[in-house]
Amino acid sequence: MTAENVAPGDDSATPKSVNEPGDQAALVRLTGVNKHFGALHVLRDINLTVTAGEVVVVIGPSGSGKSTLCRTINRLETIDAGTIELDGRPLPEEGKALANLRSDVGMVFQSFNLFAHKTVLENVTLGPIKVRKARKADAEQQALALLERVGVATQKDKYPAQLSGGQQQRVAIARALAMKPKVMLFDEPTSALDPEMINEVLDVMTSLAKEGMTMVVVTHEMGFARRAADRVVFMADGQIVEQAPPSTFFTSPSSDRARDFLSKILTH
Amino acid sequence: MNVITDNLDLFFQGFLKTLGICIICLIGALILGTVIAGFRVSPVAPLRGVGTTYVNLVRNCPLTVVLFFIAFGLPEIGINQSYYVFGCAALIVYTAAFVCEALRSGINAIPAGQAEAARAIGLTFTQNLGSIILPQAFRTAIPPVGSVIIAMFKNSAILGAFGVSGDLLGNAILLTSSRGQDPTAVYLGIGFFFLLITIPAGLILQYLERKAVILR
Repeated sequence: MTAENVAPGDDSATPKSVNEPGDQAALVRLTGVNKHFGALHVLRDINLTVTAGEVVVVIGPSGSGKSTLCRTINRLETIDAGTIELDGRPLPEEGKALANLRSDVGMVFQSFNLFAHKTVLENVTLGPIKVRKARKADAEQQALALLERVGVATQKDKYPAQLSGGQQQRVAIARALAMKPKVMLFDEPTSALDPEMINEVLDVMTSLAKEGMTMVVVTHEMGFARRAADRVVFMADGQIVEQAPPSTFFTSPSSDRARDFLSKILTH
Repeated sequence: MNVITDNLDLFFQGFLKTLGICIICLIGALILGTVIAGFRVSPVAPLRGVGTTYVNLVRNCPLTVVLFFIAFGLPEIGINQSYYVFGCAALIVYTAAFVCEALRSGINAIPAGQAEAARAIGLTFTQNLGSIILPQAFRTAIPPVGSVIIAMFKNSAILGAFGVSGDLLGNAILLTSSRGQDPTAVYLGIGFFFLLITIPAGLILQYLERKAVILR
């Protein structure tokens, strides 16, 4: 019963091959992932492969498990069953190996989570200095370039609370990029932003996508999904209901559940 | 009141010795309390167990019991030190339990996203604690930790009563018992010199609290 949900027919349209073990390009691979929050079965038999350079946008109604899915990829959420591999290696359970893995996976949170007691510049240099053992001067030079790129270099000496939400989120993106991650995870990056600030963040994400960054983006921004996604993954009730290129998904979704979802969000 | 002016050097020496005890115990209690707090939030279950047991044992015993246990118990197993060292050790061990809990309230007040973001960029637990959690927890916990520290300054008087000589209370006992001076005047003077430690300490804490506030 679950098989038809996780392996939709149009899956072959995407440039990946789920069952080929030696696939060099598979950067993130989730196989048979299950997770419960108490009695709630929040992830049900999730199979998902993200290839290098691919931008996968995960959409779905609230409570469908999409944020949880995103957070399992760097093990901020543990899983009950299944395997998650990054770059061909299974996620370590804990300790230094897990910290090492996380340093290769950039994460951008809904609530920004910039370090409140550190300046913008310190937020971006902390990881390179502490984890990558970069020299302070080198880390600062790199951080300034990244802050320039996301358009907040002039704010470098301010504290996060002195910045607007959009600026904070762009700093958060710079902080993640400073680790030179193999893949970037975005967990509803614009959901906590005022409407006029959403685009400044989406613009940064779109340019990242164009530059070939591998991205998993959980979002309600359908415009971004159409514009930047290579593949849209639609989740409902803890399952991947269907996945397709955005052009296919938004014009002719194959499942009733997706049609119903799209009719609700695209009509108003 | 002549007692005070006549014995000003004794009061002043006592003040310096008590101040010294306070500073040593302040540093010791902050360090030990921070370590125990680190144990209590550690991902390693045995460390959490050690931390919890420590707090539950030490916090729930009277200071005098902790002091007598250290001063008279440890020599039984071959550890011999001066009353001064045992006294400071007892005060540190006792106060650390309270510092730990005050600090833990600060840790709990930090939004979970701070530690998550730190884990997400690859910081280990120790790095996370040292760079993100404790710096924020200390700032948030300045008022409760400050109360614990001021209570410790006052508790330091017990060392004099216990037999450490030369501190404020030790000299008060010397003046009243051995030299038969008027206790009212002597203890007024002692109280004044304690206030000379605790009131500035409170002002310093207020200053630190204002300076360390974290905007969110």
